[in-house]
Amino acid sequence: MNTIVDVVSEETPTGVPLSERGPAQARVVTGFGFWLFLLSDIIIFSALFAAYAVLGGQTNDGPSAIELFDKRHVLLETSCLLASSFTCGMMMIATDRREAALTYCWALVTAVLGILFLCLEFSEFVHMVHQGAGPTRSAFLSSFFTLVGTHGAHVTAGIAWLAIMMAQVGTLGFRPMVVRRILCFSLFWHALDIVWIGVFTVVYLGAYS
Amino acid sequence: MFGRLTWDAVPLNEPIPLATVGVLIVGIVGVLGIVTWKGWWPYLWREWITSTDHKQIGVMYVILALVMLLRGFADAIMMRAQLALAAGHAAGYLPPDHYNQIFSAHGTIMIFFVGMTFVVGLMNFVLPLQLGVRDVAFPVLNSVSFWLTAAGVLLVNVSLGVGEFARTGWLAYPPLSEIAYSPGVGVDYYLWSLQISGLGTLLSGINLTTTILKLRAPGMGYGRMPVFCWTALASNLLIVAAFPILTATFSMLLLDRYLGFHFFTNDGGGNPMMYVNLIWGWGHPEVYILILPAFGVFSEVIATFSGKPLFGYRSMVLATMAICVLSFMVWLHHFFTMGAGANVNAFFGIATMIIAVPTGVKIFNWLFTMYGGSIRFTAPVHWAIGFIVTFVIGGMTGVLMAIPPADFVLHNSLFLIAHFHNVIIGGVIFGAMAGYTYWFPKAFAFRLHEGLGKAVFWCWFVGFYLAFMPLYALGLMGATRRMQHYADPTWQPLMVVALGGAVVILIGIMLTVAQLVVSIRTRESRRDLTGDPWNGRTLEWSISSPPPAWNFALLPTVGGPDAFWNAKRHAGAPSTAPQFVSLVVPKHSALGFSIAFFAVILGFSLIWHIWWLAIIGLLGAIAVTLRHAWRTELDDYVSVATIAEHERAHQSPVART
Repeated sequence: MNTIVDVVSEETPTGVPLSERGPAQARVVTGFGFWLFLLSDIIIFSALFAAYAVLGGQTNDGPSAIELFDKRHVLLETSCLLASSFTCGMMMIATDRREAALTYCWALVTAVLGILFLCLEFSEFVHMVHQGAGPTRSAFLSSFFTLVGTHGAHVTAGIAWLAIMMAQVGTLGFRPMVVRRILCFSLFWHALDIVWIGVFTVVYLGAYS
Repeated sequence: MFGRLTWDAVPLNEPIPLATVGVLIVGIVGVLGIVTWKGWWPYLWREWITSTDHKQIGVMYVILALVMLLRGFADAIMMRAQLALAAGHAAGYLPPDHYNQIFSAHGTIMIFFVGMTFVVGLMNFVLPLQLGVRDVAFPVLNSVSFWLTAAGVLLVNVSLGVGEFARTGWLAYPPLSEIAYSPGVGVDYYLWSLQISGLGTLLSGINLTTTILKLRAPGMGYGRMPVFCWTALASNLLIVAAFPILTATFSMLLLDRYLGFHFFTNDGGGNPMMYVNLIWGWGHPEVYILILPAFGVFSEVIATFSGKPLFGYRSMVLATMAICVLSFMVWLHHFFTMGAGANVNAFFGIATMIIAVPTGVKIFNWLFTMYGGSIRFTAPVHWAIGFIVTFVIGGMTGVLMAIPPADFVLHNSLFLIAHFHNVIIGGVIFGAMAGYTYWFPKAFAFRLHEGLGKAVFWCWFVGFYLAFMPLYALGLMGATRRMQHYADPTWQPLMVVALGGAVVILIGIMLTVAQLVVSIRTRESRRDLTGDPWNGRTLEWSISSPPPAWNFALLPTVGGPDAFWNAKRHAGAPSTAPQFVSLVVPKHSALGFSIAFFAVILGFSLIWHIWWLAIIGLLGAIAVTLRHAWRTELDDYVSVATIAEHERAHQSPVART
């Protein structure tokens, strides 16, 4: 992403209020724009959460949440994703120090944990479909598969993005543009964790309420 | 191989669509032919299609909006003509099936591709200039946003000739829009074109919000921003907060239609009322996304042409932000009749009435700005005064319908149609036209023909009242919306008056085209070399017209509101010659156009279930994005000599001061 670079903000004395210091630096602008994107993404999830809240009980005489979900399975999934957030943080530290080898290592661990999460999720989906509890069975299952599936799609996109960023580090090195993108990736990855906490609470723990 | 697409999709047996498509194809081929014959393609490609300059992108948005206004208005006058005829035993000339497509297309096009496109275009053009910076936060993304909007426009227009459009109204309520009741491709055209253009709008909202909050000239604190920037900020915050709801809602409907899910179906436990709630969760903020920038335009126009600072700047900003927040708390007033219960309806009725308070504050501020000013009655001021009168009437009928018991009588009647056209034409269209006339000389360095501009205004103004005041009366007499025929012949005289109003507006639209042609042909005599044709108050008038690619050779330093006005008043002799430094402007990029190209392929093949082609479209879009991600040369350097040369050639007022 291309941004307007201006050096004004560095030269302005600190006594001037922040809002009057002129255009912000590219790093700030990119990060802020990406935060706004994340907020909009979270609003997509809130619409899907709302749909799940409305339709969660509409089982159409089919299986209900409590009959389908396996607590231990979900705990394992959650552990993988939360651990990957930690390793993603380690990757950011390595990036800040411009240590390519360490960055690759932590990125690999993050990706593996992400893929593990996806495999667990996929096995849960397959298991449910085999039981005759696919997304077309009832409104409850439609909203379940859409909410959890959208999160899974985000994780998939995140892993692809991470792979691309490592290729960029390999080919372009740690130039500011690449570092900004890795920063955006890590924001994205942590945001997915936050969404998953919501899914875990509303969907899986909510089934026992 | 081609999914559901067969030769039956082309309406060879329906004369009206066939003729329309024929005219369109001849027109498009004609334009492309002239461009090819004149050898303009390299210029267009280099300077416009791949442009990442916010000013050119803004101009392209406005052109797109004006073209789509023709399309949307053609739909409108066809409906008015049908209703002027189809009374009692007369059937009119449009079959119900076609009529339903026309009202759906009219609403969809006017809101998404005229209103949105116009205001986003104005914001794109004006914001960086008013903020005193060199471009928006993400120039390449800006180009992507524009071309995604254009992709949506293209898909909607393809539906004229290949297949059909939705017959469901502009919001496609289920269960009617579900596959069981709308098995054709009409709803799919609607959904995919709006998903694609909606993504463009969302990205544009993120881009412009970031621009306003992070890129402002030194000294331009929030309390010194022009009011247009404030209203644009509110509008773009609403885009970021509301458009994702639209994307999510349409995605759920698409899952219902394509994969047999049960979000909004009658069976399987689905809940169509949830769609109505979700879509208006986007839809009500949407009307403020449209109207707030128009409020900003009027604030600029009225202050400039009254020669006074805007009355009550702080209350204006507060009112804008209050509307921004309140707009998310009133969505249920669109369906009081759904049966949410008396208490819920009462809450939303009162919330709706409260939102009239900040709007009223604004009206009084504009009036007090004009009071005691030396008003120049230019075309933009005509639009502004016409707006104040018209919008107040529209606002009052809105407050009337905010009373739930009254709404039970008026819901989905022509009274409602009259109300929202009252605020959208009187507010958004008038504002867009005022902004178009006001900023045109900044974009092209000559003014539009003033007399024709006023004629356009009078046509719209008179035409609006003729076309819609009868609809208020008809609504009270019991006429409903989306009605292709009526039995009671006593309604016919008012329907004929309404058609007359539409014809007057048609003359206004033709005069808009005439104004543009006449102004271009006589541009030398209406040339503005100062960059400040209106004696303006804000920073966009401090630089040459058209502004150079870098906008400001030196970023201005802002000491208070109305920065340029104060600079002109306190102008002293320049102490030293300005010291220019070399700077960067973003390179032009084909990314936006390429992504949109593949998005059209993706959308079209999804509509017709041509899965292999959809995969090609998706992979193509990803491939061009990845290719861009490896670009490292994103900026062009502009040398000091070039800048100094431009500044000498265009002695802008600020350079003189």
